[in-house]
Amino acid sequence: MGDNGAGMTPGTPRLELRGVSKQFAGVQALSDINFRLGRNEIVGLVGDNGAGKSTLIKHICGYHRPDSGEILFDGVPVHDLTVERAREFGVATVYQERALADLQTLWRNIFIGQEIETRFGFLDVRKMRRETHRLMLESMGFTSAAVTPESVVKTFSGGEKQGIAITRALYFDAEILILDEPAVGLSIKETDKLLRFIQSIKEAGKAAIVIDHNIFHVYEIADRVVVLDRGKIAGRFRPRDRNVIELTEIMREIAETGHSSVPDDSHSETTSAPGETT
Amino acid sequence: MSHMSGSTTAEILPTVADDATWGRGVSLWRDPRRFAGVYAGQLGITAAFLLLWLAFLVSAPDTFLRWEIYAAYAATIPLFGIVAMPLTLVVTAGEIDLSFPSTMALGMVGFVLVWENTDNVTLAVGAALLIGVAAGLINGFVIVQIGVPALVATIGTLFFFRGLSLVLIGGRNVTLTGTRDSIVFRLFVGEFFGIPMQFFWLLLAAVATWIVLNRHRYGAAVYVIGDNRETAELQGIRTKRVRTLLFVLVGLAAAFAGILSSLFIVSFFPSVGEGQLLPALAAVFVGGTSVFGGKGTVWGTLLGAFMIGTINAGIVAAGLTGFYTQLIYGAVIVVSVSIHAIVQRRFG
Repeated sequence: MGDNGAGMTPGTPRLELRGVSKQFAGVQALSDINFRLGRNEIVGLVGDNGAGKSTLIKHICGYHRPDSGEILFDGVPVHDLTVERAREFGVATVYQERALADLQTLWRNIFIGQEIETRFGFLDVRKMRRETHRLMLESMGFTSAAVTPESVVKTFSGGEKQGIAITRALYFDAEILILDEPAVGLSIKETDKLLRFIQSIKEAGKAAIVIDHNIFHVYEIADRVVVLDRGKIAGRFRPRDRNVIELTEIMREIAETGHSSVPDDSHSETTSAPGETT
Repeated sequence: MSHMSGSTTAEILPTVADDATWGRGVSLWRDPRRFAGVYAGQLGITAAFLLLWLAFLVSAPDTFLRWEIYAAYAATIPLFGIVAMPLTLVVTAGEIDLSFPSTMALGMVGFVLVWENTDNVTLAVGAALLIGVAAGLINGFVIVQIGVPALVATIGTLFFFRGLSLVLIGGRNVTLTGTRDSIVFRLFVGEFFGIPMQFFWLLLAAVATWIVLNRHRYGAAVYVIGDNRETAELQGIRTKRVRTLLFVLVGLAAAFAGILSSLFIVSFFPSVGEGQLLPALAAVFVGGTSVFGGKGTVWGTLLGAFMIGTINAGIVAAGLTGFYTQLIYGAVIVVSVSIHAIVQRRFG
């Protein structure tokens, strides 16, 4: 834990997209996307609604196949990426709205599609309930006696649901966490909790892509920021080297011109701590 | 949260044992309030079932204190109750299947044709079940692959399968007296200690469906698909496969119920299954399975089937004329689904 990826081949990114393009019914959703994610890196993926953030993410988690270009895990191209294979490579996506099945109990949600089975192939409900109870206390921070593994998740707050989804991802050994607009609709207190959590992904030696339409939601926690605009990568930079006024200026320029005149100062080979340059 | 993030499933699992209490779920004895909340819907339907039975018992004690009426129910309720079981899974997954009454006939057409040509009842059963599976695959293909909503698709196949049955059998009625001596006949519609065999098949279907829905991965997938299909897909559930299999299960159960219905009256009519559509659907909904998907109860469907199935004879036995049947039938359905809606709002 927290070894910053030491011991792995430092040059090979955990995940790489090379020239990925995708059309939907004649509309160019993504064009020639080149993207890298280091082994222990948190990348902010920023862009307006419709910029292609979700489409890009759905390619990484195997939901869509690119029309052209390739997706590489640890430097190896994977052409027939499915949701299951992406999961084997450690990809886990946390969608705020779609991560959980609202009418189902907490324990069923933790184990969706990855249920613990007995020797005879039946669900080991007992074990799953106990595991859920343990995770509730240790990881999700539920202390109220009103919440049990049998609680239906519909009643939980947005932050609690996010916590459940993230806990689930880490429980199943996610290496690359994708968080889709995690801060939307959260109270300030819950957002703080979330930021601390995202930081802990890094401490645990894992990588994350944090998607947001607002750069100010991600610049504190992201090692790098990649800006998407109309299906193209419009800019990349290290947010911590810049102040709020500069960031606002960059975002405005991209919104107006579709690209940033700021030179790409974030070598995507970077695999570890913030501030390190190559 | 960070201290657990590096652990693997394998590291975590052996350390569970400390907390034994949560493995058992919600206990009626330790926590009756929470139990009532979690199982509100099922407790409600159980109470409704007992009330209905009590009403019949009070209004017609001569009938309802005797064994014969229960033997009659045990013979007839399974004819639609068996299909109501996989139908519960279908509705839980947010789908519907209206075509099964015609699948009952289509399967029997296969049965009759094979039996007439080979004189082999076992082979005839195999043919019927195979046709049931095929009918389910056709429904599954149209709904899952082509993307036609299940309601519309199965209205289509309801007519299509019935029409195909009529064409293939030339509209004939066929007497099945020749099957009477077969093992199949005794196994399907014979008696065991005076109890009609159909009843045991219904129980078997109920137990199997309960296990599949609540103690198997397949059922876990069914719940999530009915709740939020996108969540299911994003979590790697093969929703197309799961959904197709749902219609296959209904097809299989329908073909089986078609055989039971025909052997029970020792004749095949091309109209077999007509009139089973609404009782089977009503059993599912009266039982408390949600029409919106994501929630389903096999126990509810079983009791629902008995409620729906007892009304007819119960009303006549209670001294009312047959005219009251539909009135009370409708009232029971409306009242029970209203109770479920209220329970949903309060506890769901």
